[in-house]
Amino acid sequence: MSLEFDHSYKLANQNYDVSLKADVLVIGGGPAGTWAALTATENGASVILVDKGYCGSSGATAPSGNGVWYIPEDQRGEAMKSREALGGYLSERKWMERVLQRTFENVNRLDEWGYPFPIDEHGVKHKRSLQGPEYMRLMRRKLNKAKIKILDHSPALELLYDGYGIAGAAGVQTQENNQTWAVQANSIVIASGGCAFLSKALGCNVLTGDGYLFASEAGADLSGMEFSNAYAITPKYSSITKTAFYEWASFTYEDGSIIEGAGSKRGRSVIAKKLSEGQKVFAQLDKAQNDHDLQKYMRIAQPNFFLQFDRMGINPFEDRFEVTLRFEGTVRGTGGIRITDETCATSVPGLFAAGDAATRELICGGFTGGGSYNAAWAISSGYWSGEAAAKYALTYNRNNHDRTLTRKQVVGINEHHTPGETLGGNELTKLVQAEVTPYNVNLFRAEEKLTSSLLTLNNLWKEAKSHLGEKDSDLVRVRESAAMLATSRWMYSAALQRTETRGMHKRLDFPKTDDHQQRRLITSGLDEIQVNWDSHSLVNI
Amino acid sequence: MIEVLVEERCVECNLCVKVCPLNVFEKRENQPPVIARQSDCQTCYMCELYCPAKALYVAADAEDTVDVSADEIIETGLIGSYRKDIGWGKGYKSTASQDTAYKFYLK
Ligand SMILES: Cc1cc2nc3c(=O)[nH]c(=O)nc-3n(C[C@H](O)[C@H](O)[C@H](O)COP(=O)(O)OP(=O)(O)OC[C@H]3O[C@@H](n4cnc5c(N)ncnc54)[C@H](O)[C@@H]3O)c2cc1C
Ligand code: SF4
Ligand code: SF4
Repeated sequence: MSLEFDHSYKLANQNYDVSLKADVLVIGGGPAGTWAALTATENGASVILVDKGYCGSSGATAPSGNGVWYIPEDQRGEAMKSREALGGYLSERKWMERVLQRTFENVNRLDEWGYPFPIDEHGVKHKRSLQGPEYMRLMRRKLNKAKIKILDHSPALELLYDGYGIAGAAGVQTQENNQTWAVQANSIVIASGGCAFLSKALGCNVLTGDGYLFASEAGADLSGMEFSNAYAITPKYSSITKTAFYEWASFTYEDGSIIEGAGSKRGRSVIAKKLSEGQKVFAQLDKAQNDHDLQKYMRIAQPNFFLQFDRMGINPFEDRFEVTLRFEGTVRGTGGIRITDETCATSVPGLFAAGDAATRELICGGFTGGGSYNAAWAISSGYWSGEAAAKYALTYNRNNHDRTLTRKQVVGINEHHTPGETLGGNELTKLVQAEVTPYNVNLFRAEEKLTSSLLTLNNLWKEAKSHLGEKDSDLVRVRESAAMLATSRWMYSAALQRTETRGMHKRLDFPKTDDHQQRRLITSGLDEIQVNWDSHSLVNI
Repeated sequence: MIEVLVEERCVECNLCVKVCPLNVFEKRENQPPVIARQSDCQTCYMCELYCPAKALYVAADAEDTVDVSADEIIETGLIGSYRKDIGWGKGYKSTASQDTAYKFYLK
C-alpha cells in the first residue's frame, strides 16, 4: 500500500489522529453555521464548528456581501406578496413571517454587536445590506468570544453513527497533512452551503453539496432540487458573479448592435441563448454613464464589483466588455435538504439543516435570484437549528453512555483500491460538470436531453461506487465529486418529474405552469432515486 | 487568480495561509509563504484583503494565469488596493459604515 492512500484507509478503519466531543457539531462556518453555533451555545450546549475553509472568509457570503430581508413590520405584507408569484407559489406565508421577524431581531443584534451600519444624512441607520468580509469577521469574533471551538481547514467527509442514530462526523485537516479527525456529538447542524459545481462563482468553490450527500447517506430527503439552475452574469473570465448593477447595462453583439430582450433579470435567458449559439455578448453600464453620484454609490456599495474592472483596465460605464453566465447551481437556487418542522429538523432525528444546505422553498418557492431572502434564511434557519440542536443534545444526552462510533460504507472512502482502475475526484468532477453546466441542458430543459444526461450521471454513480477513490491525497476532491454527482442526479430526476414551468425551472416542452403541480417535489435515495410529490398542498396558503 | 506575492513586503504573518478557503498557500519556516496551488484559487480576493502588508495581488482572471508585473502593480497602487476599498488596516475606517446600498433598495 502506497502512502498516498492512507487518509481514505484511515477513515475507513476509523483511525483518527484527533478525537473530540461536543454536545453539538456544526458543519460549515458561513452565516448559517455561525448563527447556529452561537445560538446553540446561548442555549447551554458545548459546540464544535468545522469548516472546509476558514470560518470568516469561506463560503458565498464572505467575499460577496448580502442584501438582507430586513423589513419593518408595517411593510412586510407587501414584501411577502412581491415574492410569491416569482417563486411559483411554493412558499408559505407562515414561514415568511417568522423569517422576517427572526431576521429583524438578529440583524438588530448585529447592530448591538458593533456591525458598522451606515447612517444617512437624516440620522437614519440602514440595515438592509451586510458587507461580507465585515459581517463574517464579526461573526467569527463572536464565536471566539463565546469560546466555541472552531476547526478551520477541516472538511467533514462523512457522518458517524452509534446505536441511537447519528453521532458525529469525521474528516481531515487539509493544513495538517490531511490528518484525520472525528467529532462525537449528540446533534448535528449541517450548514455547508449549496452546490455550485466548482464553477468559480464568487466564494463558491468550497460549496460542492457535501451536506446534501451526508444527509442523504444518513437517510434524510431533499426538496426542490429542480430549482438548482442559477446562472449569473459576469465579465468573461471573472469570478465576480454580482449582478445587481447590470440593471444599468445594455447588452450588445460584437458589432455593437443591441440584443433585443437581453437583460439582467428576465432577459438572462436571452443572453444564455446567444451564448449557446456561440455568439459573443457584451455589456456596458451605459444607463449610469452620466450619473456620477450614482457611480460613486455603486462603488462604495460593491467594492469588488469595481475591483475586477480596475484590474482588467475597463471602465464599465464607458467601455463595452464581454460577459458570460457562470453556473451557481443551488447557491442561488432554492433546493436543499428537506426541513420537517419549525426547528429546521430533517427527517433524521438529531440532524438539523440550515442556510443554503436546507431547502429555501419555504420562503422563496422556486426562485431566488439575487437578493436578501437567502441571507435572511441563513440567519433565521441558523438560529432555529442551533437552538433546537442544543435542546436535542441536552435532552438526549448520551455522553454518559459508552458510545461506540460506527460508520456507513460511503462512496469514495475505501479501505482497498485498485490503483490502475481508480476514478479520481478531479476526473469525476469534469464529467459531472460536462452534464450540468451547459445552458442547453440545464437552463433550457426538455425531456430528451435531461433523460440522456441523467442516464450518463446514473452510470457514473455506478462506476463511482466501484472505482471512485483517492489519488494523490485528493480525498477531499473525491468526496466533493461524489457529492456533486449525487446532487446532479437529484437535480435532473426532479427536473424530469416536474412537467411544467415554475419558478426558475423552465421546461421547453412544458412552457406553461400547471396548477396541479403547485406542490413541492421530494427527492430521496442514492443508488435508486425516488421523486415524490409532497402531500402538503400549497394552494390557498 | 492569485498572481503575486511580493516577498520583500511580506511580514510572514501567514494570515493568507489561514484565511484562503481553498488552501492555496503553503507556510514555510522563517520565510514568506508560497503560492503552492494556484490552480485551486477561486479568485475571491480574501487573501489580499487580509494581508496587512499589501504584499498580495489577485488578478481578475479566474480561469487562467496572466502575466503581471510586480513593479507595475506596485507603481499603480493596484496591489493590495482591495484592503483600502474595504477600509481595513491602521489609519482606515471600514467602508461598511458608508455603505450606500440603501440608496438602491429605497429607490
Ligand atoms: C455572488 C453572490 C452574491 C450573493 N448576494 C446575496 C444577496 O445580496 N442577498 C442574499 O440574501 N443572498 C445573496 N447570496 C446568497 C448567500 O450568499 C447565501 O445564501 C449564503 O451565503 C448562505 O449561507 P450559508 O451559511 O448557508 O452558506 P455559505 O455562506 O456558502 O457557507 C458554507 C460554509 O460551509 C463550509 N463547508 C462546505 N462544505 C463543508 C464540509 N464538507 N465540511 C465543513 N465545512 C464545509 C464552507 O467552507 C463555507 O464556509 C449571494 C451569493 C453569491 C454567490
Ligand atoms: S498575509 Fe501578506 S504579509 Fe502575511 S504572510 Fe501572507 S503575504 Fe505575507
Ligand atoms: S483569491 Fe481567494 S482562493 Fe485565491 S488565493 Fe486568495 S484567498 Fe485563496
